[in-house]
Amino acid sequence: MTSTSTAIVIPPISLWRRIVDRTMTGVAVLTVILVLLPLFAIFAYLVYKGIGAINWAFLTQTPKPVGEPGGGMANAIVGSMVILAIASVLGVPLGIGAGIYLSEYGRNRYGDAVRFISDVLNGVPSIVIGIVAYAMVVLRQKHFSALAGGVALAIMMVPTIARTTEQMLLLVPQAIREAAYGLGVSRWRTTLSITLRAATSGVITGVMLAFARVAGETAPLLFTAFGNQFWNWKTDQPTAALPLQIFTYAISPFDEWHQQAWAGALVLIVLIVSAVSAVRIAVRRGTLAGA
Amino acid sequence: MSNQALPRPRFNAPEPERAAKADLKLEPRTAPLLPGKVSGIPDAVFGWAMRFCGLAVVSLLSLIVYELIVGSQLSWHAFGWKFFGHSDWNPVEEQFGALPFIYGTLVSSILSLVIAVPLAVGVAVFITEMCPVRLRGILSFTTELLAAIPSVIYGLWAIFILVPLLRAYVQPFLATTLGWTGLFSGPPYGIGMLAAGVILAIMIIPIISSITREVLTVVPQHQREAVLALGATRWEMIRMGVLRNARAGIVGGVILGLGRALGETMAVTMVIGNRPEIAKSLFAPGYTMASVLANEFSEATGDVYLSALIEIGLALFLVTIVVNALARLMVWSVTRGQPTKGVA
Amino acid sequence: MGVGITVEQLNAFYGKTQALFDINLTVLANHATALIGPSGCGKSTFIRCLNRMHETIPEARVEGKVRIGEFSVYNGTSATQLRRRVGMVFQKPNPFPTMSIYDNVAAGLKLNGFGNRKQLDQIVEKSLHSSALWDEVKDSLHKKSGASLSGGQQQRLCIARALAVQPEVLLMDEPCSALDPISTGKIEELIFQLKEQYTIVIVTHNMQQAARVAEFTGFFLLGKMIEFDKTEKVFTNPSDKRTEDYVTGRFG
Repeated sequence: MTSTSTAIVIPPISLWRRIVDRTMTGVAVLTVILVLLPLFAIFAYLVYKGIGAINWAFLTQTPKPVGEPGGGMANAIVGSMVILAIASVLGVPLGIGAGIYLSEYGRNRYGDAVRFISDVLNGVPSIVIGIVAYAMVVLRQKHFSALAGGVALAIMMVPTIARTTEQMLLLVPQAIREAAYGLGVSRWRTTLSITLRAATSGVITGVMLAFARVAGETAPLLFTAFGNQFWNWKTDQPTAALPLQIFTYAISPFDEWHQQAWAGALVLIVLIVSAVSAVRIAVRRGTLAGA
Repeated sequence: MSNQALPRPRFNAPEPERAAKADLKLEPRTAPLLPGKVSGIPDAVFGWAMRFCGLAVVSLLSLIVYELIVGSQLSWHAFGWKFFGHSDWNPVEEQFGALPFIYGTLVSSILSLVIAVPLAVGVAVFITEMCPVRLRGILSFTTELLAAIPSVIYGLWAIFILVPLLRAYVQPFLATTLGWTGLFSGPPYGIGMLAAGVILAIMIIPIISSITREVLTVVPQHQREAVLALGATRWEMIRMGVLRNARAGIVGGVILGLGRALGETMAVTMVIGNRPEIAKSLFAPGYTMASVLANEFSEATGDVYLSALIEIGLALFLVTIVVNALARLMVWSVTRGQPTKGVA
Repeated sequence: MGVGITVEQLNAFYGKTQALFDINLTVLANHATALIGPSGCGKSTFIRCLNRMHETIPEARVEGKVRIGEFSVYNGTSATQLRRRVGMVFQKPNPFPTMSIYDNVAAGLKLNGFGNRKQLDQIVEKSLHSSALWDEVKDSLHKKSGASLSGGQQQRLCIARALAVQPEVLLMDEPCSALDPISTGKIEELIFQLKEQYTIVIVTHNMQQAARVAEFTGFFLLGKMIEFDKTEKVFTNPSDKRTEDYVTGRFG
């Protein structure tokens, strides 16, 4: 029986392991820097190269032929708004309706199928949707149009809006619905005035996210709206759109057009961010104290 | 029968302090205010309207499949399976082989994964495991911001900033150091497969990173603690306790990124050079399935030409669906049942 | 005035599981009837069968007859119509969070198409008086949301909301179980006075509460109704041994 205590000696962590640990932390920091670099570069260049070309003429005039100074993207800005308006009118009600279906009527196998197909639809490349819109609208009408562009974008909005609406509606506690049923409120009225109402801010956020995503889309417009150098107020003729115009100018060989492409890109980002922020603020203002 | 010993509510006891008798001002009842008859029709109509919306989603997908199949019939009957094996894309002579585009799509996507995965996983690991808590929100927000930039703006930036950079510095560097591999030979145009790979990588980093962050957060805290308790360094804990557990989910995120890269159109079109050729070097221009559609669809003359392009669209559609379904399956298998926010 | 409720051979099922077995009872008009019993004995299920709220759960099924006043609950009347005559207060207060206090109380009327603004104002005030909440909220009717009140106030708000529709029957499913004793006391006092105009059925697992508030009590156990009698008798001289065991605290 020994009386000496046996001390447990824990060997210090080897130098090599410590070096590896420090290095990996450094590597991780490096990846963060490498990833954030392009982000800042893009925004910086957007402002740097774009701000110079943004002036009143840019925002109010249509493109001028190459060689002539001035001209702008007014028709593209307005055209984008028209196409997006059409897309929203088609896509938002359908998307919200599908979301309501999934949350209130679709807690079964059929709903699961719709859910799955909605996710599949989300992953379809936007250019393929452009092809389908082309076949559905352009081929039938025999001309490009803002309507065709709107249809393509609407198809892209529906699955996103449906899923976010469903999730927001599911967050509304069942107790709220029961309170309404207990008062003798019919099911449709409960769904719209109580359940949907309680989820409003979330649903609107989902709609805005879908909107922001399609606002910058170019591919589906390439052969639906097609683009236009002039003003067009009819929904059944080729229509200019901001992303299309940026694309056309960017790949052109003309320096003035390159400069305008940067300006257009800056305007596009600013418009998207402002639209999303404006809706966020409006939603916040509309809610009651304590709600 | 009644057991007197056990306590029971004292019924004849003095009334307990009642809450102050509120004056309820109960008035005599009036006739019911609401109509007695309620029609069930609005409910039925609403129910069917909602089901119609759900059905519409299904119809949209069917419509896409239908239009793609019908549109590609002409080309399918003309070329059959050889369509995907030949590399001769000649609209003038009506010879259509889609191999260059398949090659271009695969190479550009795989290249983008090679670049993006280490970066995205690195960022995700940093944010979830190494970063001070205060910075977490800002960092994740900024990486999400990358996902919000439209494709055409990425392309714009790529043409005027990225490509000159590649042409002036990166490509000569790669040519001198790794030129022996044959992957970096030929004139450094700047434009080409490499540029496409790089810009694609930047675009898919956010999605890979966000999925990775999700699956890393789901790894239970006790796994980390178990490894640390054995005396591991932080990196060893991450490697053994976290990454190993989240492997399937990370792979799922990577495949999801792949799905995104396969379908990406505008940025790639603007920098890939748009030449339907198969070349070994990454400096060479190429062409992807999405790009040829973007460039040539609106100009396609002749029914076979259009049909061939639609067939490419169908192929792209099928490939992306399969890849996305696979990805979601893998991610779901890891995060199923687990809360995705916060550590369990 | 309130109306009476007659229940004959009521059996309730959730899918394959049977929750209620052959319930028979009569609730007298303008009285308060308490339903007591251990957890899971079916009293909540029973009360929800009275206004067909159990139908919100898929696979729920009922056999038997229930009559409220002169009409039959399960034959011919639509559930929506029925629920305008039978009000319900739930265990956890559930005011509509996005609506103001005023809108909460008026909800049952506004959502069902009633639009007369002046009359609505009167009804809201009357209902808030009936639930002893008027003095506390009369200055912030439109400004505060229903969810910004305290627990006890919220439950009184829910009572006001139920009363605004002028039902004849008021069903209360453990209305005080989520509340503190002072709020509980206030609501018990309410029930005591509301009896004059409404028929009240209250589910409670608090026997003292049943003793304080109700004239009649029914004891439920495992989906069956064991005993139904004057409250005084059920608590001091129950006929069934199981009732006695529960009432004296041997189980439950």
